[in-house]
Amino acid sequence: MKTFDYVRPATIAEAVAAASEPGAAYLAGGTNLLDLMKGRITQPLRLVDVNQLPGLDTIEPLADGGVRIGARVRNADLAHDVAFGRRFPAVAEALLSGASAQLRNAATVGGNLLQRTRCAYFYDVASACNKRQPGTGCEARGGDTRLHAVLGWSENCIATNPSDFCVPLVAFDAVVEIAGKSGRREVSLETFYRLPGDTPERESVLEPGELIVAVRLPAEAAKFSAHARYVKVRERTSYAFAVVSAAAGLRIEGGKIAEARIALGGVALKPWRARAAEAVLVGVRPDAAAFRLAAEAALADATPSGDNGFKIELARRIVTRALSLAAAGTPDRVPALPASPFALVPGALIHA
Amino acid sequence: MSLTISLTVNGVARDIPLDDPRVTLLDLLRERLDLTGTKKGCDRGQCGACTVLVDGRRINSCLALAVSHDGAHVRTIEGVAQGDVLHPVQAAFIAHDGFQCGFCTPGQIVSAIGLLQEGQAGDDPERVREGMSGNLCRCGAYAGITEAVLDAQKVIAEMDRKHAA
Repeated sequence: MKTFDYVRPATIAEAVAAASEPGAAYLAGGTNLLDLMKGRITQPLRLVDVNQLPGLDTIEPLADGGVRIGARVRNADLAHDVAFGRRFPAVAEALLSGASAQLRNAATVGGNLLQRTRCAYFYDVASACNKRQPGTGCEARGGDTRLHAVLGWSENCIATNPSDFCVPLVAFDAVVEIAGKSGRREVSLETFYRLPGDTPERESVLEPGELIVAVRLPAEAAKFSAHARYVKVRERTSYAFAVVSAAAGLRIEGGKIAEARIALGGVALKPWRARAAEAVLVGVRPDAAAFRLAAEAALADATPSGDNGFKIELARRIVTRALSLAAAGTPDRVPALPASPFALVPGALIHA
Repeated sequence: MSLTISLTVNGVARDIPLDDPRVTLLDLLRERLDLTGTKKGCDRGQCGACTVLVDGRRINSCLALAVSHDGAHVRTIEGVAQGDVLHPVQAAFIAHDGFQCGFCTPGQIVSAIGLLQEGQAGDDPERVREGMSGNLCRCGAYAGITEAVLDAQKVIAEMDRKHAA
């Protein structure tokens, strides 16, 4: 690891000023950043430690029925917050399907949003990578693409966003609150991330020095709480990133779907909201045929970025499964194996 | 900023000068405080051998900068027994053959203590396995580890019951 200056600001304004310098990075839980620094993938000149900043570590119910989650709230604390889990169960399930208990105890909400892709070529400094070193090429193209994108990718970068947490957040219209030199602003999480295009090194809309201070979920997100799930296919039962994942929420009235929310993980450089698929479901009965039609719509624009065409059909099946599980009803408690694809819907086909 | 930090390690308060902000909590414990029970496996947050309790919560000490944990209370494997009396989780690992080579064991035991304090697993072996998935054991002692955690939980509950009575 290269050496760096260490500063520990006492206020958000001090933090923003300190992090606006070239080469500065924020340090929160450090679970991704220290790994990147040890591998010399990221080499900040200055770490701005936000762990002592006041006012960023609460889960605050809002008067309008929404919730505001401070950026320093630890993943485990949010996942196990009973009131939060009751209202936003798919978010809790996604959090608990990610990483390990040790990492969830350290990793923060803001850090989860800003974690880097786990593309092996990005992590291997001997490989060409436009994200790590702009203009050098992309060795993932033509390489091992099992964990790579099938939506929204470009010739310059086919990496995926690794977050589980962000998938239901995007499905349920989360908003990111940002502090910067010129004050506060907010953007929807869906528009917070950039697709790779010609600038894969620019991953979000954050400007130098800008700090995530909170994530909000609107009151509408809680209306799906009776039918909200997250499903994640990974290479082993636990403690692995998604090959493909999906969050699904349904609002069912009189036996028909009044409103649906669907987002996918592991398929693009951002958590992928599937609005066309949501529209397919409005006003229809929640059954397997409707879910399959929605899944077709969700992946309509997908194309393989390498030897990963299988992910497109896998993603359709995971969307179908997430919708089927959501329709069956949110369990009272997050299952022992959160988001596991091995948990079957009663009466469903194992391959559906 | 001075790089001297205060840590309470296994109940003992210490002021520790740091000459370099890069020192991880793991390296501080092993190389500077001579607490070598906490193991360095992957050093990248993937294996769990470096698990310690910081302010009562289990974390990977390899992914924690010491300088960022000024004022923290740290408990390591050296601090879980009371004198010659093993912690119930330690005793249960012995009783249930929860290890073979022993390298991952300090991390497994500290992680299990953290798991039991979190109180999420109950008596469900699937929840124990899931809750321990951040600790790899290349000898494959997982079956014994799960049994040990479940058994230790019963022993601790019984001790708490007697204590309350």
